[in-house]
Amino acid sequence: MNDLRTLLPEILVATAATAVLFADLPLRTPVQRRLLLWLSLGGVFLALWATLSEAASTAAFDGMIIRDGLTRVFRVLVLGVAAVGLVLSRDYLVRTGLERGEYYALLLFSAVGAQLLAASRNLLLTFLALELLSVPLYVLAAFARHHRSSQEAGLKYFLLGSFASGVFLYGMALVYGQAGTLDLARLGGEDGLLLRLGAGLLLVGLAYKAAVVPFHAWAPDVYEGSPMPAAAYMSVIAKVGAIAALARLIPLALPGLVDLWRPFVAVLSAMTMVVGNLGALWQRNLKRMLAYSSIAHAGYLLMGLAAGTATGLVASAYYLAAYALMQLGAFGVLVLLERMGLEADEVQDLGGLGDRSPALAAAFVLFMASLVGIPPTAGFVGKFYLFTAALEAGLGWLALVGVATSVVSVAYYLRAAYAAYADEGRPGVRVVGGWWAGAGVAVAALGVLLGGVVGGPVIRWVHIAAGVIP
Amino acid sequence: MMLSALVLLPILGSVVVMLLPRREELLRAVASITFLLTLALAAWLFWAFPPEERGFRWVERVPWIPALGASYQLGVDGISLLLVLLTAFLFPVALLGTWDAVRQRVKEYLSLLLLLEGAILGTFLALDLVLFYVFWEAVLIPMYFLIGLWGGERRRYAAVKFFLFTMAGSVLMLLGIIVLYLRTGTFDVLRLLQTPLPPQDQRWLFWAFTAAFAIKVPLFPLHTWLPDAHVEAPTAGSVILAGLLLKMGAYGLLRYGLGLFPQAAREAASLLSLLAVVGILYGGAVAFAQQDIKKLVAYSSISHLGFVVLGTFVFTLQGMHGALLQMVNHGLSTGGLFLLVGVLYERAHTRQMDAFGGVAKVMPTFAALSLFIVFSSAALPGTNGFVGEFLVLLGTFRADVRLAALAAGGVILSAVYLLWMAQRVYFGPRRVDPDRFTPLTWKEATALVALILVILWIGLYPKPLLERSEAALSLLSARLHAAGEVVR
Repeated sequence: MNDLRTLLPEILVATAATAVLFADLPLRTPVQRRLLLWLSLGGVFLALWATLSEAASTAAFDGMIIRDGLTRVFRVLVLGVAAVGLVLSRDYLVRTGLERGEYYALLLFSAVGAQLLAASRNLLLTFLALELLSVPLYVLAAFARHHRSSQEAGLKYFLLGSFASGVFLYGMALVYGQAGTLDLARLGGEDGLLLRLGAGLLLVGLAYKAAVVPFHAWAPDVYEGSPMPAAAYMSVIAKVGAIAALARLIPLALPGLVDLWRPFVAVLSAMTMVVGNLGALWQRNLKRMLAYSSIAHAGYLLMGLAAGTATGLVASAYYLAAYALMQLGAFGVLVLLERMGLEADEVQDLGGLGDRSPALAAAFVLFMASLVGIPPTAGFVGKFYLFTAALEAGLGWLALVGVATSVVSVAYYLRAAYAAYADEGRPGVRVVGGWWAGAGVAVAALGVLLGGVVGGPVIRWVHIAAGVIP
Repeated sequence: MMLSALVLLPILGSVVVMLLPRREELLRAVASITFLLTLALAAWLFWAFPPEERGFRWVERVPWIPALGASYQLGVDGISLLLVLLTAFLFPVALLGTWDAVRQRVKEYLSLLLLLEGAILGTFLALDLVLFYVFWEAVLIPMYFLIGLWGGERRRYAAVKFFLFTMAGSVLMLLGIIVLYLRTGTFDVLRLLQTPLPPQDQRWLFWAFTAAFAIKVPLFPLHTWLPDAHVEAPTAGSVILAGLLLKMGAYGLLRYGLGLFPQAAREAASLLSLLAVVGILYGGAVAFAQQDIKKLVAYSSISHLGFVVLGTFVFTLQGMHGALLQMVNHGLSTGGLFLLVGVLYERAHTRQMDAFGGVAKVMPTFAALSLFIVFSSAALPGTNGFVGEFLVLLGTFRADVRLAALAAGGVILSAVYLLWMAQRVYFGPRRVDPDRFTPLTWKEATALVALILVILWIGLYPKPLLERSEAALSLLSARLHAAGEVVR
């Protein structure tokens, strides 16, 4: 029974997901169908309450599940992302006739997977959680099933994602072959060729999920084809899950291989920042631009892990929260627009936004500024923290790459922000609005601003995650 | 509390303007009142600041991000006091002088101006390096939009160039700030000023900071963003850009470059003062060749800012005093010159010099006011410009006669191109259409008269400014000389 209690947040979310699936059948009228969203949100908030109300660290299920600071921080993060993801989706789904209970259920199930990734201390469970996170996302990518681009996105994501899972699985097999265990806590002292190879493959598998260069090529195509709110959600949740798994895996399982993985992760981080930001420069399609930006941000997130210190982990976790808010917010602004019944996904579609909806345009500028890392935003505090961690760990060159690529990113983020005010409104584009999505954008904007102006309390809270660093 | 009020007042005003309905007169009234209240507060601070104070006054400190060691700390000393007053003075003048120039998106325009004032004041008042960086970078977004939305034809290019250049420098400073923290364990400027750093650390930290400052000033080979940004910006934007944003760089050199890294500054001084002199002559020579009046003023800025850097890096008390005063003077006179260009452009819709001629015949009052400002920029005795450049040259003579001789050549050069410009625009045969050259509006006239009064005040009686900055500069100079002995 006590073992189950440690999983209460996951159980609550999964229950809500199942309830939504059943409730979808009898609920017919639009008023009744509002219940679907309420049910989903209810599950998420109950899980949030359950997470925040339990403080003690424990292990359960023979040490497979661990509840500590890291678990709590990532659970809160995942649940927050799920809540914002839900409210951003609702108006879009109703508008496009896609509102089916499955959407909410899939979104919630993948959130369960992401939470489990943070709580897992056994590679077998990590793999299951990874699949629980990923499989619903493949379906969400293909959810606009009448659009060929969405089908294509789903298939692409599925094929490459399965391949990544296979790589991860193979890594597990090699690790088991060497160490005879999949328990992360017991892998610590081991070393050997098979373990090294296996650990490398595990990193590669997770790098796929997080869209880290050179395993990133799927991201722009998948995001471009997916329904807008699904792209918003997957661009964040997959990263949260992968970073959570890396944060567990690296310090616990591989302390003996420090000299091996630190330069490896640092190089991945640098390549990802460079390729992501350079790739984004050429994009005219906003979804593709945000996809490359999400790749670039995977690089910044890895910087903290490459540092391998407590500061680095806290910095990565804080930046992950900031990234979630600004990325969801930027996508959220696009969710509120449409061009002749379709998604408004080109830079020109933003034209005239400053006149049509000043609040939305101002929020968009705020998100872009935060993505660049300009104060006073959460993005700045996060990057500042990351650079501090990198310099502290002696990775001066990585910090230099980080700031240089940030300067490059000015060009494309500000082009979009500028278009919102300077360009003429494009015919056919309009602000469709929507109470729920508007609220989601407002929450994200407030978070980005507060995270930059008064980041202190949040950072202090995120510090509890640092406990996993030995 | 006083200083927080000073920074927060314009930011609050900006938010209020954003939330008000689009009624132009109401918005302008709110913005004007905010600017005037800020000016009143700054003037009170100036008046209440005791001349014998060597350190910082009205210091306030609140922990901000304890995990990172960053705190919210503001304070003002004799150096920043002058720049705070200049900031609070130039904004209302710029708004008044360009009242009718902006007709579109007035709400956003005013809101951004107010935000910009808050961020600039914060930059001058911040006494914590993270906070300083936050304000320093926060200036970029409003300025980017001011250039990019209300600017001239090539505004998009100019705005992006401005942003990229400045940010490329600032991120190096960011890394410098972090390394400084890792070495000393604090971002607190008050403590850092008391903490001597080993010379080998100072060297590259100094250059990381100086990269940001030198681009902003701008120092000679890093100046290429300036002509584009100044020319394309709307008039009020040019006034703020030249009058205040460049001062942020010069202030940074004086406060942080010299204050935190005295030995490294000494080592770099000969190179930097040489570049400053090259900038003085180069800016002057290029200004001489311009047909576009606004470009002429933009290049004259490079030349005049060269004096500021020169005065900063000759390490004599007069030099630094002159540099500080020259910052204020340049803000007034070049800000004034940009206002003049704005007034002319509003009427002629061109800035080419050969389109003008005989403006004095159709707008005699304007011509008379203009000449004052031109004289001030050319540093004629009796104006503020003379006091500043004289002090810089005096300080330089004591340090290096050759540099002083070259810089003096720059003074003559600037008198030549400015007076020649005045002669071609205001005098000579009448080439302008008298119907289009309507007399100055009372708002334009008030802005210019206010500027001229301050120019004359500093020109004839600079004592209140000099005496308030004297003690702080002596302290800085004493520290520099102490550091010099350590090197030898």
